[in-house]
Amino acid sequence: MNDARRHHDMGGLEAGAIDRGEHDKAPWEKRVDALMVLLGQRKILCVDELRRGIEELGADAYERYGYYERWMASMTNILLEKKIIEVGELGARMAEIESGRREALR
Amino acid sequence: MSRHEHTGGPAHAHGHDGYDADPTHRHPPRPDLEDTPLAYHQVMQMAVVSLLVEKGVVSADDMRAQIERMDALTPARGARLVARAWVDGGFRERLLADSKAAAAELGIDLGPIPILVMENTPETHNLVVCTLCSCYPRFLLGLPPDWYKSRSYRSRAVREPRRVLAEFGTDLDPDSRIRVHDSTADMRYMILPMRPAGTEGMSEEALARLVTRDSLIGVAVPRAG
Repeated sequence: MNDARRHHDMGGLEAGAIDRGEHDKAPWEKRVDALMVLLGQRKILCVDELRRGIEELGADAYERYGYYERWMASMTNILLEKKIIEVGELGARMAEIESGRREALR
Repeated sequence: MSRHEHTGGPAHAHGHDGYDADPTHRHPPRPDLEDTPLAYHQVMQMAVVSLLVEKGVVSADDMRAQIERMDALTPARGARLVARAWVDGGFRERLLADSKAAAAELGIDLGPIPILVMENTPETHNLVVCTLCSCYPRFLLGLPPDWYKSRSYRSRAVREPRRVLAEFGTDLDPDSRIRVHDSTADMRYMILPMRPAGTEGMSEEALARLVTRDSLIGVAVPRAG
């Protein structure tokens, strides 16, 4: 393995058999995709920024996260960087949604 | 791909209703059922969208409309272009020279990112990959299949394309040449497959039905049926 490579740069490396199974995109995955397209159209976030954000998640998260999880993590980080949202309101809103969900499951 | 697996050792032999008899026994790092990484990013998605709606950056209607637009983009669009190119040599030339203008003749919008159409010939087979991520001609084929985004495909398509093709059941003439096209954010590819023998006299619509998504990526070739 060439140490100069970053983890996303995998062209030509050894890898196992290709799993040809496919899944229908879940509604939340479609929403992540749609949000990216809309932010692109509004010139808030371009696809190169999305990829830079994915690459900056680090090798561990890159392997652990699913495809649209990587997208969501990258998009959120860049929206925070650009101060379009801020970390306090994001945390508060996530907590609100989590607790609402826990209530609903009760 | 399963995320967390018990590795090694014999089948699990400990009770989960009390305490572990062996205090050194450790479970693999696995989140609670209601606290999976997936759920975490789902919550993040809901939170980010709701904040952006409040700030007037996007609306719920924008989101719904975009999901509908994306759902409408299917490989049938690419197949239409191929079928037309098979029956109309002039269109084939135009498609290879300027896919956006050619697609517009059929009322198909190729979107903002250039798409190069690469033609398979008896001598040369073309294959598309995105080694760095998942760039794909979405305006022609919709969202990429899971395997297109996988480590195995991204790594191996450029190293051993003939073996990758064989895994997809596509065995090429060993004397043929394979050209692999590595997509980028600014340049995407679609393959113009060869028209299968035995399809003379078929209608354009019937031909389009032979053109599979996988043949437009280059991992398969269309069959006469």
